[in-house]
Amino acid sequence: MQLNITEQGEIIKIEIQEERMDAHNSGDLKEQMLQLFDEGKCNLIIDLSAVRFVDSSGLGALVSGFKNASAREGSLKLCSLQPQVRSMFELTRLHRVFEIFASVEEALESY
Amino acid sequence: MSRQVDIDIRVPNQTRYLGMIGKIGESLAHTLASYDGDREELAYHLNLVLTEALANAICHANACDPSKEVKVSISASDHELTIRVYDHGQGFNIKQLAKVKVKETDEGGRGVQIIFKLMDRVRYLKKGPGHVLEMTKLLH
Repeated sequence: MQLNITEQGEIIKIEIQEERMDAHNSGDLKEQMLQLFDEGKCNLIIDLSAVRFVDSSGLGALVSGFKNASAREGSLKLCSLQPQVRSMFELTRLHRVFEIFASVEEALESY
Repeated sequence: MSRQVDIDIRVPNQTRYLGMIGKIGESLAHTLASYDGDREELAYHLNLVLTEALANAICHANACDPSKEVKVSISASDHELTIRVYDHGQGFNIKQLAKVKVKETDEGGRGVQIIFKLMDRVRYLKKGPGHVLEMTKLLH
C-alpha cells in the first residue's frame, strides 16, 4: 500500500495513496501504524481523500489503529472521506466511533 | 430479445484479484439495460459484495492457498442479479455468522453482515467438494 507519512509536531498524518483499501492491502496500513505506535507516535490523522473504495478489512485496519492509539492515550482521526466511503462508515455504524473531519486542516485544528 | 447477462470468471486464489473482480461488478451496474435505480450506488454495492465474498473464499475457505483457484459467476436478468462465489472449504453456518453481534470496536466480523445488508437473498450451499455462496439482488 502506498502511504505518505508526514509529521507535524506530535501529530502524524498518513495519506493513503490508493484508490482501494481492501483485504489485499489493509494489512500494510495496520503494520505501519503498529510501527508508529512502537515509536511512541500515537496521534494520527488518516487522510482518505484518494480512497474511493473501502471494504470490511479496510475498516478493520482503521479500527485496529483507533484501539491501539486510544490504549496509548493517543487518538486516530479521519479526514476527507469521499461520499461512498462515508456511506460505508454509516452502514457499519463506525461513524459513531471515529472523529471524522472534512479536511486535514480541520483535523489538525482539533488537536 | 433476451437481456440475460452471464459472466464466468476463474482467478488464482490471491487477494490481488479483488480489485479486478470488483470493477467487473461496477461495470455491470453501469451497463445493465433495464435498471432504473441509482447506478452509482449499485456499482459500489456490487463491488463491495464481490470483494467481501471473494476475500472470504480466498482467505478463509481456501486458507490463502495460492495454488487453488476461485470461481465467480454473475447472472443478471431484467429482474434480478445473482452472484455465486465457489470455494473449496469445509463450510460454515452463514446465518449464525450473520446474527453475531459485532461490537463497534471489533476489528473483524463485518464482511458477511455487509453482504446480508446489501443483498436480498443469501444462501451458502454444499456444491461438489466445496461450497457456493449465492447472493441475489432484486433490480427494482
